Amino acid sequence: MHIKSDVAISDSGFVFVPATGESFTVNPIGAAIIHMLKENKSVEEVSKQIFENYKTDMATVEKDMNDFVAMLKQYSLIDTND
Amino acid sequence: MEKQRYERPLIKKLESSMPNKFGTRTEYVPMTHIDDVAVKDLIDKYESPLFVISEKTIRGNIRKARKAFENRYPKVQFAWSYKTNYLDAVCRTFHQEGSWAEVVSGFEFDKALNNKVDGSKIIFNGPDKTEEDIRKAIQHNALIHIDHLDELYSIQELATKAKKKARVAIRVNMDTGIYPMWDRFGFNYENGQAWDALNKIMRSEVMILEGLHTHIGTFMLSPNAYAVAAGKLADLAISIRDKYQHEVKYIDMGGGFASKNNLKGAYMPGADMNPTIDEFAEAITSTLINSNFKPDKLPLLILETGRALIDDAAHLLGTVISNKRLSDGRRTTIIDIGVNILFTSFWYDHKITPAQPFTQYTEDTVVYGPLCMNIDVIRDNVNLPLLNKGDHVVIQSVGAYNMTQWMQFITLRPRIVMIDTERKVHVIREKENLNQLLEFEHIPDHLKDFNL
Ligand SMILES: Cc1ncc(COP(=O)(O)O)c(C=O)c1O
Repeated sequence: MHIKSDVAISDSGFVFVPATGESFTVNPIGAAIIHMLKENKSVEEVSKQIFENYKTDMATVEKDMNDFVAMLKQYSLIDTND
Repeated sequence: MEKQRYERPLIKKLESSMPNKFGTRTEYVPMTHIDDVAVKDLIDKYESPLFVISEKTIRGNIRKARKAFENRYPKVQFAWSYKTNYLDAVCRTFHQEGSWAEVVSGFEFDKALNNKVDGSKIIFNGPDKTEEDIRKAIQHNALIHIDHLDELYSIQELATKAKKKARVAIRVNMDTGIYPMWDRFGFNYENGQAWDALNKIMRSEVMILEGLHTHIGTFMLSPNAYAVAAGKLADLAISIRDKYQHEVKYIDMGGGFASKNNLKGAYMPGADMNPTIDEFAEAITSTLINSNFKPDKLPLLILETGRALIDDAAHLLGTVISNKRLSDGRRTTIIDIGVNILFTSFWYDHKITPAQPFTQYTEDTVVYGPLCMNIDVIRDNVNLPLLNKGDHVVIQSVGAYNMTQWMQFITLRPRIVMIDTERKVHVIREKENLNQLLEFEHIPDHLKDFNL
């Protein structure tokens, strides 16, 4: 699963898609996840990283990651070819 | 490295047509403490959900209300509306502040007696007074506010039998320019019903007409409606004086002042929009003072204010059970507070505040209660910070009509604590348990056993 290559993300959590002109905001943890996905990390790797960096449990991370990735798909920010 | 506080990841599409709310929510702060007691400690000790009542706020509210009226009018008496919240600790706080009791059933009457309120300081309202209730009210010298003619005849008969005079008033309903008009209670002013009842009382040997009563509605937003009502009662009182040379001792304006809650569908927040108690006081007292009462013969002014004195004195603490997404993409949060204990969520858009720090990121959310019932919606659309499972929330201004109209349904009713003025926490009502409920039930012999 990949974030589309033209999706740009700024340090302040501003996401811009040049192809459609759409923009989004993400919170810091959302931005961290998008950055990791852009580095081609798998969802499992990203989840593990989040679990290690934040005060939470794996079940919560998995549930929230599922929901977040579903939103990325809904907003067409993910390449569906792979 | 220290782990960071977790917040669920959020992505939100920016609509160019909508103002961007990010970074503008500085008005929204977590409610970590109530009267300096930590919400977290309260939940740790008394469990979730939990009603928390502030004695300090109750006392502050009634003192402010008394001042608003007493600064404008020489003789004022508040009577605590039991049905609004009849927990004994709450009632006694009001009684310590000088309030009489206003009750609408035999059960509430007994509760007031049990709270050591002298019968002569109990106002008995309502359409359902049984013969037993009326007998008791006469015996205790209570003020009986007559609702209909059947009641008037019962009082006549029972007082005659008891050889004791009944102290009465009539409830008057009237057009105050407010829609809907509450004309189902009492006797109508405009069509002469009220006069008819007053003539009957004045001719009776066993009833003493002590006062005139009205209660024009609840959550009223118009001080002017009270001015109209006070004017009509004053006219009645003066006509009685002229016709019978009888002076009524009091005019009772009932309750109904709006609290600072947000009514569903209201455009502006209640705290900004709803009239203050001073505005209601000004409307009522200036009308009475400007009427034809002689300055030294002004009647006692009684107020039965309920919600405006107690709503903001209680909070309901709860806990997030889960976050979910609906099929249409809307975010939902399930909390452990259901409509069975928060009846007023049907009328109000209650303010929900997280009890722990949060970031500026927010999401439009539907807040559901824990009941396995579709009606269990606490807020159908509210912009909330991101809450995690296990986080605590504070629902504000829940003091009126919840702790009396709540019901045991699917879940048992939780504890209620009161924080006193020294910040000491007292359990004033225990949580319910299964055995208490089973005490009401009987199982017929033939249903006792079964094999599955
Ligand atoms: C007779 C009477 N008095 C007082 C009240 C208290 O009203 P509120 O809570 O609106 O002030 C009520 C409630 O409807 C009432 O029926």
